[in-house]
Amino acid sequence: MDEKQTKNSLIKRTFNGRNAVISIPYLWLLLLFLFPFIIVLKISLAQPIIAMPPYTPLFSWGDSLWPKIQAGLDSYLFLFSDSLYIKAYLSSIKIATISTILTLIVGYSIAYSIARAPTRWRGILLMLVILPFWTSFLIRVYAWIGILKTEGLLNLALMTIGLIEKPLIIMNTDLAVYIGIVYSYLPFMILPLYANLEKMDMSLLEAAADLGCRPIKTFWSVTIPLSMPGIMAGCFLVFIPVVGEFVIPDLLGGTKTLMIGKVLWGEFFYNRDWPVASAVAIIMLLLLVVPIILYQKSQEKAIK
Amino acid sequence: MKKYGNFNIFALIIGFSFLYIPIILLILFSFNESRLVTVWGGFSTKWYGELMSNQGIKDAAWVTFKVAFISSSVATFLGTIAGLVMTRFGKFRGRTLFSGMIYAPMVMPEVILGLSTLLTFITLAIDRGVLTVTLAHITFSMCYVSVIIQSRMSSYDDSINEAALDLGCTPLRTFLLITFPIILPAIVSGWLLSFTMSLDDLVIASFTSGPGSTTLPMKIYSMVRLGVTPEINAVSTILVGIVTAGVITASVIGKRQKQRSIKLSHI
Repeated sequence: MDEKQTKNSLIKRTFNGRNAVISIPYLWLLLLFLFPFIIVLKISLAQPIIAMPPYTPLFSWGDSLWPKIQAGLDSYLFLFSDSLYIKAYLSSIKIATISTILTLIVGYSIAYSIARAPTRWRGILLMLVILPFWTSFLIRVYAWIGILKTEGLLNLALMTIGLIEKPLIIMNTDLAVYIGIVYSYLPFMILPLYANLEKMDMSLLEAAADLGCRPIKTFWSVTIPLSMPGIMAGCFLVFIPVVGEFVIPDLLGGTKTLMIGKVLWGEFFYNRDWPVASAVAIIMLLLLVVPIILYQKSQEKAIK
Repeated sequence: MKKYGNFNIFALIIGFSFLYIPIILLILFSFNESRLVTVWGGFSTKWYGELMSNQGIKDAAWVTFKVAFISSSVATFLGTIAGLVMTRFGKFRGRTLFSGMIYAPMVMPEVILGLSTLLTFITLAIDRGVLTVTLAHITFSMCYVSVIIQSRMSSYDDSINEAALDLGCTPLRTFLLITFPIILPAIVSGWLLSFTMSLDDLVIASFTSGPGSTTLPMKIYSMVRLGVTPEINAVSTILVGIVTAGVITASVIGKRQKQRSIKLSHI
């Protein structure tokens, strides 16, 4: 009797309404976010074949009683033997780092100016920052093609006012990629920075000024350290997705612009080598796992 | 109030020009008579007319709206639950993993999300099509909804819930009568964000769609690869218009609701 009761209450505790509610989004994310990574890992260990799906099964039964395991690190060895892939990883990290710094500089000036604007203006200014973020990413990148092309609007404008004689070659270079990234990711930088700068205790700045600190010095030794959480959040939100960015380097960059997102896309859609594409994804994930965890920690702290 | 420095005004002017000039030029040149995107040949709406007779674009637009509507609705449902679980359910087993699965998709490069989701569908033998794109979109959208709900809940006053429960209200009724109306604006903005993100997505849709489920961004992308044309500008202008109208409406509704609740609190 007693045993039955404890068993019942255990069942009750496990299958109560609370857990049922938790399990709905939990199972969804397990199945469609976490489980897929296990599949990617599995396929990265397989061999490419010409079939559908184009990779060998991990287990094959054949005649024997025990399944034969056909797993190999061939795809990974291939990645490290061809310098193209290593170069692409390094180049992605370089491009992501430089563009994160550029976005931070531009974003900080805008966020700072909005946070210090008269209160009644702040809402509308912030709205103006968010609005482009709602319009399509692809369209915003596309808009730059018409501007940056050799016979595009920027060169036309500069030549008309006589600033340059020959058109500048910007399109299909790394510079165009940097412009595209800063433009597209700017709102991701501005929003966390603004949230932080807006809450800043202005009396601290006044105290520094009263004690004879010059505005420039106050900015560097008071404002910047105080806004560090905003800076970190903004930088993660830009850096992590940019490492794997595909659309911007594909549309604005040239053939020499090497980014791992483009390589993965090519391996999958053009070479149809799924195991190598999976291995590229797994290595990219390993590179990003630490920044992603740091980002998650900073977000949890911010919401609390 | 200290004086607002010249630097700040300068930064805002440069910043907003940078943000808006490309979009304004894009819209302007959709009304260009000339086929060349850089030469102004007079005002014309002929590209919009041509768009209307392009069956491929119309089909893609229909698929995109269908996917966006269903995925944003399901994502709002799941994301709202996830947000409430994160803020109101206290500790439970696997909370850290849950929180990780909510934050990671928001920064995860899209190529990884697209590839991993597609390989899962193939492993589970689900045919690629409208369904698979919708499922993939729900997964990343629900995370954004959950974060919006979480940040709304962080300023939520728990004592009103306790009051309702003390007065004999059941938890479900408390949720429907008290919590839900209060977080409704956050739910609406979560839905809108999911809808526009689904409308927007190229990379994940390219991986997870099959024949017959080409979305508008995929169509635009294949047109862009062939060159810049006023037709792309026209379809972009329509999309920008829809999204702008939606966002402005939502913010006006949000503001009105805020004013009403301020009025109520004065009574």
